[in-house]
Amino acid sequence: MKGINTSLYGVGQGIKNIGRNRVFSCASIATMAACLFLFGIFYSIIVNFRSALDTAEQKVGITVFFNPGITEEEIGGIGASIRTRAEVASISYTSAEEAWENYKAGLPAEELATFGEDNPLEDSASYTVYMNDVEMQDSLVRFISNLAGVRKVNEEKDLSKSFSVINKIFTTIAVAIVVILLAVAIFLINITISTGIKVRQREISIMKLIGATDHFIRTPYVVEGILIGLIGAVIPSVVMYFCYGGVTRILGENFSSFLSDATFVDTKSVMIVLIPVALIIGIGIGYIGSSMALGRQLKKIEAAGNE
Amino acid sequence: MVSIMGNRRFDLENELSHDIEPPVILLENVCKEYGDGMQAIKNLNLEVKKGEFLFVVGSSGSGKSTLIKMLLKEVSPTSGKIYVLGRDLGKLHHNAIAKHRRNIGTVFQDFRLLPDRTVFENVAFAQRVIETPMKKIRRDVPNIVSVMGLSDRLDAYPGELSGGEQQRVALARALVNNPVLLLADEPTGNLDPKNSWEIMRLLEDVNRRGTTVIVVTHNREIVDQMQKRVVHLNKGVLANDQKKGGYSYERY
Ligand SMILES: Nc1ncnc2c1ncn2[C@@H]1O[C@H](COP(=O)(O)OP(=O)(O)O)[C@@H](O)[C@H]1O
Ligand SMILES: [Mg+2]
Repeated sequence: MKGINTSLYGVGQGIKNIGRNRVFSCASIATMAACLFLFGIFYSIIVNFRSALDTAEQKVGITVFFNPGITEEEIGGIGASIRTRAEVASISYTSAEEAWENYKAGLPAEELATFGEDNPLEDSASYTVYMNDVEMQDSLVRFISNLAGVRKVNEEKDLSKSFSVINKIFTTIAVAIVVILLAVAIFLINITISTGIKVRQREISIMKLIGATDHFIRTPYVVEGILIGLIGAVIPSVVMYFCYGGVTRILGENFSSFLSDATFVDTKSVMIVLIPVALIIGIGIGYIGSSMALGRQLKKIEAAGNE
Repeated sequence: MVSIMGNRRFDLENELSHDIEPPVILLENVCKEYGDGMQAIKNLNLEVKKGEFLFVVGSSGSGKSTLIKMLLKEVSPTSGKIYVLGRDLGKLHHNAIAKHRRNIGTVFQDFRLLPDRTVFENVAFAQRVIETPMKKIRRDVPNIVSVMGLSDRLDAYPGELSGGEQQRVALARALVNNPVLLLADEPTGNLDPKNSWEIMRLLEDVNRRGTTVIVVTHNREIVDQMQKRVVHLNKGVLANDQKKGGYSYERY
């Protein structure tokens, strides 16, 4: 009962503080919102990029050829060994006949006639191995090359490997920008709360004089900081939630040829991560910013009485 | 025989409990030197018993406010020991300071009211701070405000009140939690004689109801007329301590 009373009082005072300190509060909220909005945009880009990359990766395969005269059982054994590897998504077998049929299909008729009934690709039975992660290609190729009965392993050089590097660079830059903006947000919230404390220095020293605990004195300011962070997180979350679908649809319609068959990740899968993370960051930053301000300013008020 | 022994035992217990009950305030060899080397209090020894009314007098800069601040643990002595209600203030943890101050009501020359809150809110503030339920606040605040004779000013803001009224609001705030000890640092410093006397009469009433009262003042007339215990500070030194004294004293 007591605790609830105090908490309610603290929350009430915290809300009042935001009203009293309107200019700084708005600046803090706007910075917080801009920061988390950018975070949301970056996150959406990265998630979609990642998803496009995954789709592309699934089409990248390693082709494994065998020594001449290998038995079906030995081929089966090699297949089993490859399947034990974690990075392998799937594996498919192409017999020499299928390889020849595939090859023939791509040749003009007059050239085809020169081969007669022979299969010139007699030893070209193969496995095609698809991976979960194109980054693992090198180690997988090394592993397969060392298996007994394997003659040759063809890596498929693909764009996805360089895409993956681009994605990494982009992620790093995005994280750096967001971190810098978050630091600015902490700084602004710190200033906002500090200003509020300075204005009410007299009130705080009276509170101390009549026996208010630190907890009681701090609560309104912590609430103020958390509310600023929370509002700063809710605004971009709502905007992102309602705009994401529309923006991706427009992008899809206008750049469909450019984006080929890549599809956008749907709103729900993006927001289910984005919104909770944005809220947690907002609340966390608000808490950190106000705690920093409180630590400094309350110490100053205390020192003012002492020296 | 039995009854005599019983009586004797009763007397003994009475005496013991009298001795055991700690003084409200006990200072032992207290010195306070500020950061700039200023020695505000020099080797002060002082005992104040429960229910006493004590004036602290002395010229400006003699260390009176420093004494009050040390009792509130706003500042700590450089050396020596201070006990309030038997508790060693030197051993008080940071979090216990708030609890310690809840035993003490304070009044200052500058009233220290919150200008943006009504009389009711200013007094209620002292109860909110110690997490008193709203129900009790609604009962206690009008009560104490009426004792101070301000029942009709509950909704006024401090700026709308005279100095005397403001000080009575401050006194109401200091008393609303029934403190054991009341510290008043020049409570009449900003008041005319009529209002000064009114505040002093209220302080005397408070003392009569059992609260220990310490008043720092420069008001010669009041000190001389009230004939209470008077402690003189001179440049941080306890120069005189009279049981029923006046503002001036004979130097020996
Ligand atoms: N915070 C402080 N820092 C340095 N010196 C102080 C401080 N407070 C008081 N003093 C000095 O200590 C002495 C006693 O001050 P104070 O206790 O306020 O005296 P009084 O209340 O009797 O006028 C004075 O010389 C004053 O200048
Ligand atoms: Mg003084």
